[in-house]
Amino acid sequence: MEIFGVPSALLGSQLLVGLINGSFYAILSLGLAIIFGLLNIINFSHGAQYMMGAFVAWIALNKLGINYWVALLFAPLVIGALGVVIERTMLRKLYKLDHLYGLLLTFGLALIFEGIFRDQYGISGQSYPVPELLQGGVNLGFMFLPIYRGWVVVAALTVCFATWFIIEKTKLGAYLRAGTENPQMVQALGINVPLLITFTYGFGVALAAFAGVLAAPVYQVSPLMGSNLIIVVFAVVVIGGMGSIMGSILTGIGLGLIEGLTRVFYPEASAVVVFVIMVIVLLVRPAGLFGKA
Amino acid sequence: MQTKKLSTLACAAAFAMLSGAANAQISGNTVKVGVLTDMSGTYSDLAGAGAVLATQMAIEDFIAEAKPAFKVEMVSADHQNKADIASNKAREWFEREGVDAATELVTTSTALAVMKVAKEMNRITLMSGPGSTPITNEQCTDLAVHYTYDTYALANGTAKAVTQQGGDTWFFLTADYAFGQALERDSSAVVTANGGKVLGSVRHPFPASDFSSFLLQAQASGAKIIGLANAGADTTNAIKQAAEFGITPKQALAGLLMFISDVHSLGLQSTQGMYLTTGFYWDLNDETRAWSKRFFEKHKRMPTMVQAGQYSSVMHYLRAVKAAGTDDAAKVMAQMKATPINDFFAKNGRIRDDGRMIHDMYLAQVKKPEESKYPWDYYHIRQTIPADEAFLPLSQSKCPLVKK
Repeated sequence: MEIFGVPSALLGSQLLVGLINGSFYAILSLGLAIIFGLLNIINFSHGAQYMMGAFVAWIALNKLGINYWVALLFAPLVIGALGVVIERTMLRKLYKLDHLYGLLLTFGLALIFEGIFRDQYGISGQSYPVPELLQGGVNLGFMFLPIYRGWVVVAALTVCFATWFIIEKTKLGAYLRAGTENPQMVQALGINVPLLITFTYGFGVALAAFAGVLAAPVYQVSPLMGSNLIIVVFAVVVIGGMGSIMGSILTGIGLGLIEGLTRVFYPEASAVVVFVIMVIVLLVRPAGLFGKA
Repeated sequence: MQTKKLSTLACAAAFAMLSGAANAQISGNTVKVGVLTDMSGTYSDLAGAGAVLATQMAIEDFIAEAKPAFKVEMVSADHQNKADIASNKAREWFEREGVDAATELVTTSTALAVMKVAKEMNRITLMSGPGSTPITNEQCTDLAVHYTYDTYALANGTAKAVTQQGGDTWFFLTADYAFGQALERDSSAVVTANGGKVLGSVRHPFPASDFSSFLLQAQASGAKIIGLANAGADTTNAIKQAAEFGITPKQALAGLLMFISDVHSLGLQSTQGMYLTTGFYWDLNDETRAWSKRFFEKHKRMPTMVQAGQYSSVMHYLRAVKAAGTDDAAKVMAQMKATPINDFFAKNGRIRDDGRMIHDMYLAQVKKPEESKYPWDYYHIRQTIPADEAFLPLSQSKCPLVKK
């Protein structure tokens, strides 16, 4: 069977691949959306933090003998802690200023982090093996699905929806949202708002690092892996609506699928299709698909 | 008697003046070599700081060996793989800093841009890193040398060998820019000429990180061989993901441009058995080992063919300056073209009228992990492709400088 001249089996496999990429977009844009929604900081070092997550996993495996499963927890903790330090010592001073200052600071940090890793490890990157339990693949009839990729989708979506649940449906999430709406009032009610904000940034960064560990066995672990991805992820956040948690998750997955289809029908355009959609969305709904104007 | 003595003295004086004049032909009594390369981007491992180091080594070795009366200096800069940055920097070097030769120039677009500026300013370009054949064809100049490899030689090595060994149906994964397209075109021609068939190709954006969609298309084509007409991180990611999706070993990959730095970063597990064409391998013979070990001590990585070629080209240039007694571009180039190149990099290499340096190329196969006995022991050399067969024959050249 063919659809628009493309065998349906190929189409099915491309949609699945799109879903896999979409889950990466979702988890990265989620972190960005949380940080922007709750801190009003445009975190340009998100890509570098994703890259460092992958590198921490690689270093942990090769120098410390820490395996993949532990690294899934270990790398986000390390990079999240680094995020806490950055928030406490630098970002904190910028909250009262224009968004641009936060953007410039985090952009500068991203360049510094990338420079350090480039100096230490070169540009070609390091290989991270797929963990033994997830090696091999299953034949779905229309395609061969590597088990690891299936795991990426499951893990990423679980973490995404858990995060959404915490922020939208729990008391902690309610404090967070209230703290950003009216910090003085929440503070007066006895809640330590600055601490809450610090941990929110740390958590957003940890999400990036988690995505980095997920990506390590798929891509070469290289200093530029984050900067290649981050622009697309920003577009995802803009399309979804800055600050909208569910919006960024759904948009991430949706754009992954659209990008996958473009790679079949017109591969040359696959790098720009996300930005074309961004332009259209901004023209029609300037606040983004899920944003509140 | 007295007059004879006098005339001898006069002769000596005149001679001294002449040789003084010869010295004065080196502007500022300094020969300045500029290394313009990718210091921070995709190609910085295969060229980059290693190419700068190779240049330094060449200059130090030349001074020790030739004890020239002139000074030799080096400047370097990062062109970020952008043609405009490269040509602006080159112009600044030529106009204000007295640079005599711009060298390395990985990424074809930067090379073509700088060649033009250099020709206009009457300076020399020595290119070790870039790969496309237009450098010595449509856009050739009489002051440029393309030293290490080109897409024709790569296709002629890898695509030919793989097709002849039974890999007769191909599908290309091509980086969507000048270099990738040139590599696909040259390789397709070789595949067809050797009785093979090209079933299709897909152009991926440059750079890309996820290749699964493109690989699935290659898989659906049913071709025996998936030709990777890309380089650097694109190649390494594609190889890694091909194994993940179970495409290899059912279908084989042919990396049309792979450097030892790529093999090193991917590891032998995922690259074993792949064929590649290279202009240099560190473990070829005693001479290559001796030089490469010196390089390794300073750089902590074995040299790529680009870095080894960089040393050789700069050395050849400096020797030509000394022999010609001038840094005048045309005279030095004539000297370079008249002198065969014999060093650890090339045996009986020579520079043709189109600027192509021809030398033996090697068809290598990546070792299995258990065959590798010591660090960087990565290749079996399967075949030496003689200089005359490795590169585009002059009879097919599109360079206007070639007399037919």
